[in-house]
Amino acid sequence: MPPQPYATKLAGWGRFPVVDGLAVKSEDLPAATAPAALSRGLGRSYGDSSLPADKNDVIVDTTLADRILAFDPDCAVLRAEAGLSLSALNRALLRKGYFTPVSPGTQFVTLGGMVASDVHGKNHHVDGCFGRYVRRLKLRVADGRIVECSDEHEQELFRATIGGMGLTGHILEVEFTMRKIPSPWIFGESERIANLDAMVAALKEAAAEWPMTVGWLDCLARGENLGRGILMKGRWAEADEAPRKPPPAKRRFRVPVPFPNLALCRPNMKAFNLLYYWKHVRRVRRGIEHPASFFYPLDMLDDWNLIYGSRGFTQYQCVLPHAADNGPARRFLELFISGGGMAFLCVIKDCGAEGDGMLSFPRPGISIAMDFPIHPRKTQPFVDRLNELVIAEGGRIYLTKDTFTRAEHFRAMEPRLETFNAVRRKWDPQGRLRSAQSVRLLGDSV
Amino acid sequence: MKVTVLGATRGMGRALARRMAERGDWLFLLEHVPDELECSARDLEIRGAARPVKTAVCDLLKPETFGPALDAAEKELDGLETVVVTAALFGTQEQLEADSDLAARLLVANYTNTVLFCEEVRRRLLRRGGGTLCVFSSVAGDRGRKPVILYGSSKAGLSHYLEGLDHKFRAAGLKTVCVKPGFVKTGMTAGLKPPPFAGQPDDVARRVLRAIDRGTPQIYVPPMWRLVMCVIRKLPRFVMRRINF
Ligand SMILES: Cc1cc2nc3c(=O)[nH]c(=O)nc-3n(C[C@H](O)[C@H](O)[C@H](O)COP(=O)(O)OP(=O)(O)OC[C@H]3O[C@@H](n4cnc5c(N)ncnc54)[C@H](O)[C@@H]3O)c2cc1C
Ligand SMILES: NC(=O)c1ccc[n+]([C@@H]2O[C@H](COP(=O)([O-])OP(=O)(O)OC[C@H]3O[C@@H](n4cnc5c(N)ncnc54)[C@H](OP(=O)(O)O)[C@@H]3O)[C@@H](O)[C@H]2O)c1
Repeated sequence: MPPQPYATKLAGWGRFPVVDGLAVKSEDLPAATAPAALSRGLGRSYGDSSLPADKNDVIVDTTLADRILAFDPDCAVLRAEAGLSLSALNRALLRKGYFTPVSPGTQFVTLGGMVASDVHGKNHHVDGCFGRYVRRLKLRVADGRIVECSDEHEQELFRATIGGMGLTGHILEVEFTMRKIPSPWIFGESERIANLDAMVAALKEAAAEWPMTVGWLDCLARGENLGRGILMKGRWAEADEAPRKPPPAKRRFRVPVPFPNLALCRPNMKAFNLLYYWKHVRRVRRGIEHPASFFYPLDMLDDWNLIYGSRGFTQYQCVLPHAADNGPARRFLELFISGGGMAFLCVIKDCGAEGDGMLSFPRPGISIAMDFPIHPRKTQPFVDRLNELVIAEGGRIYLTKDTFTRAEHFRAMEPRLETFNAVRRKWDPQGRLRSAQSVRLLGDSV
Repeated sequence: MKVTVLGATRGMGRALARRMAERGDWLFLLEHVPDELECSARDLEIRGAARPVKTAVCDLLKPETFGPALDAAEKELDGLETVVVTAALFGTQEQLEADSDLAARLLVANYTNTVLFCEEVRRRLLRRGGGTLCVFSSVAGDRGRKPVILYGSSKAGLSHYLEGLDHKFRAAGLKTVCVKPGFVKTGMTAGLKPPPFAGQPDDVARRVLRAIDRGTPQIYVPPMWRLVMCVIRKLPRFVMRRINF
């Protein structure tokens, strides 16, 4: 019996919006994807990227399709089903000296999601996005055929799928090159930074020396403190400086129920940001770190998205071009703060070269990401203003985080959109594949 | 440990075989779809299985496949040691009431053929002085309940059989482990509304592996279900007629 779709409510990591749809969940992805409009993995995209456009659309939950199909330890090439999670991959191969070439800030993502969002990590300034390491994809396209695509075969489809938010087909299998690492431990260094100029300068300086960097910003600090924060740098520890034992499993905690909506009011956020900044008492700290606390500090707390209460939250992430005076990033932070924005998670990162993914997010510049709770009236106009600034500065936003951007704003930031749409029209002339996000941003019809 | 698993391609069987592979057990897989067997075997090897994972076709709906499949396992592993059965069919009560072919297949697969398979295993294990037979039954077999009348009755028979085996043959070295899962989030239960104490396959696998190592005759997973079923078994009929659990 083929797996049966069932009615359910679906939401992304931000828990807004919550929509009705039909889900289907099975180990057998080829069977499950046959009637479906979209695939989703672990639902770690914040907004509506992984949500159905209509309550009768079938959405595949890929997470049971999680087998590793082949692995060559010599050249580190791995092929797996698209629902394999990064946490399962780490459990299987970290001890043996292999790690994903690019990792987002959580390990609860699937390979399919990593390809569809063309994720980037702390090493973007040197290593680019995940898509750079993908050799081949097995895809179920809109007309039902199963196609293998790569840079040698159906290149256009391949590049549209990398960063294509699931809109070109259902990814069934992913083949990519893992990274060999000298030990499963990290050697890290972190540093307190006084303001935005110093942060950008420190990121630039660290880029030459460290393969992994990221900054955390206290985004309630204003004036001369604007952009102050903590810069984290890391590299894989060499075998002779790392502990002999593999890193032990980390204890995890769970947020049991949604917090009251006021839990993240301004005074609490302010206290959190201050604490986080000053807890870093010594200006510089360095030493061996557990890879989980370096890459995935938030994963310690299961269901932490419940902290934002019943209304849910969103993340705004954009990349702004470099400028000698850091004008774009400064104006962005100033607008964010003066607009009443408050976030307890604000991340800054310098991006390297643009990848081959047709709609892939990163481009050279400064990326800033901030989480904030959704306000029923204020969030939409606030995001509109941020987007207007991003357009004026020549930047763009990250689809996998987005919930509120308007179609006309997205078009204004994305000169690459027409090429992407053309590939979609070619492979899916009837518009069978769609998401709530593609209806909102790309003009797909319901 | 040398383990033969019938049903390792999906669900709890997949999770259990992975835990075994991770600690370096020697595995042999039985299932009815050859391609699925091969993919699962490679997955387990990459996750750490001690030796190449070999497979044989074994269809729960075709008892004539049992002997040859177990012969192959015995030959490859140089004797059986632990045999696990997770394979089974499932249908909701509505599906089974409406489709008597499906009901017939399910009843035969889950009871008659599973018992026949276990009998083959029993003879072979006793011949070499014992071993462990771990079979997944269900809490659905503990009491006649509205949502699982037909499925539950097949599991009730199976649980009974396993209990008897344990009573008769433990002294001869045959350890029987009867696993009674409550609601576990696998493909089998996708679309059913999960109760508050639904389990995850990997957590179930961890507990079942411990039960196999210790030879525990019966285990409820997640453990909460022991309590739940304890209450359910004691409810009077007039209550059972009323509730839909
Ligand atoms: C705490 C946290 C930190 C994060 N840090 C980073 C970061 O540092 N860098 C970064 O780049 N991202 C980051 N992200 C975002 C995350 O990496 C992406 O949203 C990723 O795509 C989520 O993967 P998923 O499996 O949960 O996919 P989902 O959220 O389920 O889906 C995301 C998109 O992928 C598509 N998709 C998923 N599976 C398939 C498939 N099999 N076939 C076709 N399409 C598919 C969906 O349709 C959807 O458009 C972070 C998210 C969180 C919650
Ligand atoms: N999930 C629960 O909540 C739950 C609750 C109580 C009891 N149980 C019991 O626990 C066991 C495992 O359940 P699960 O949820 O992990 O099930 P599952 O995911 O559906 O896996 C069942 C396995 O049985 C195999 N199988 C089916 N028909 C077969 C056949 N004719 N011959 C050989 N193999 C066959 C399947 O392979 P194919 O898919 O390739 O056919 C699959 O590998 C079952 O005995 C089930 O009754 C489960």
